[in-house]
Amino acid sequence: MLSKRIIPCLDVRNGKLTKGIKFKGNVDIGDPVEAAREYYEQGADEIVFYDITASSDGRDIMIDVVRRVAETIFIPFSVGGGIRTVEDMRRVILAGAEKISINSEAVQNPPLIAEGARAFGSQCIVLGMDVKTVAPSAKTPSGYEMVIHGGRKFTGIDALWWAKEAENLGAGEICLNSIDADGTQEGYEIDLTHLISTNVRIPVIASGGAGKPEHLLDVLTRGRADAALIASMVHYRTYTIQDIKTYLDGQGVKMRMIW
Amino acid sequence: MIGIVDYKAGNLTSVARALRYLGKPCRISDDPEVLSQSSHIVFPGVGAAGEAIANLRQSGLDQWIPVWLEKGKPMLGICLGTQVIFEYSEENHTPCLGIVAGSVRRFPEDIEQDGLPLKIPHMGWNHVSFQKDHPVFQELPDGAEFYFVHSYYPSPADDRRVVGWTDYGIKFCAAVAFKNLVAVQFHPEKSGRPGLQILENFCRWGGKYVE
Repeated sequence: MLSKRIIPCLDVRNGKLTKGIKFKGNVDIGDPVEAAREYYEQGADEIVFYDITASSDGRDIMIDVVRRVAETIFIPFSVGGGIRTVEDMRRVILAGAEKISINSEAVQNPPLIAEGARAFGSQCIVLGMDVKTVAPSAKTPSGYEMVIHGGRKFTGIDALWWAKEAENLGAGEICLNSIDADGTQEGYEIDLTHLISTNVRIPVIASGGAGKPEHLLDVLTRGRADAALIASMVHYRTYTIQDIKTYLDGQGVKMRMIW
Repeated sequence: MIGIVDYKAGNLTSVARALRYLGKPCRISDDPEVLSQSSHIVFPGVGAAGEAIANLRQSGLDQWIPVWLEKGKPMLGICLGTQVIFEYSEENHTPCLGIVAGSVRRFPEDIEQDGLPLKIPHMGWNHVSFQKDHPVFQELPDGAEFYFVHSYYPSPADDRRVVGWTDYGIKFCAAVAFKNLVAVQFHPEKSGRPGLQILENFCRWGGKYVE
């Protein structure tokens, strides 16, 4: 059977990691390529890069980062952040990324999902969803609303409706981020993950809230996620990816244990 | 020189990068004359079968591939490259190259696991159980997994062609071997060290395989 995937997420600005990630000898490494290599060695099943660069110069630097990552790690990785056109996607894919992730860009311009899927195949297109819990209403009957621009702007769009719509448009996967849980390290939003994952036929990556291995166990079993995104818990070296996988394997979650 | 067949089916650079990392010179080309000068051929690809076959016909590569195989030189199919060597694909009812007897089928919609329908595509890491001693699938650690992303799977008419099985709700063929041809449904170029080992083995292989 398919293994559940453990996916570290790296935020990059102007070609540098935004948080100092401490590896070997507690030296801060600001280089995303080094960090990706380290996680690859630890058994990451995939890597997500999120480019928070604002300027176009910074974007060229990101393409160079993607190229260098692709030369040194041989697992799939995706790149998200600021991808607005099929041409933006093409640059990232040709530089060596397996997948691209679109988030606010897709909410504002849904045909981008279909255009990307047509050009590169659905397997390339990951829909990033930032979601906030709201009171159920006529507009948002699921009680979850799509937010964009890093959680600052409410859209009035129901998260469950959007997940299904994006699947129909050709998204190959969903990376589901709970804005309420994000950064808390108190656990994933299990109900939200379960709701989305059981209502679409494409894989769902749970994101936001991971602080300890038990949180991953919860979201991969009760939450029905196909993969779990992690950040702080490995960036701050509280755990290695190997620690997390060994724990989950011991709990009976199917993990890739040989790499 | 390893030749990589370019038939406009997705991004071929990841295969080239992996080969370069292994120190194997390689060249991406859609020109049969250029490809003919290779020692080994890799036939990768992602995307839809129909478009792939149309592009192969247009460049004459559909005629060239059987000629290459006839010479006894090694060829490695990957993902869509593996699927199009069969006779027929259920994906838009596409007639394919017919090099290996059998068809390519879609994962059934009604297979369940823990009370939920299985997700399609089959995306992520899965185990391959290698059945036979084949030079290309040597030195792989026990329990190694490989990266898959596909909605259709190869189904050879003759089970003797299957060298690797994988389980995803159903048992399906993940690796095929026939004379000087090997073909895998997973992506060795994205499967970490075990995947690189397969590429390394392939580059060392002279194309001989006795069942």
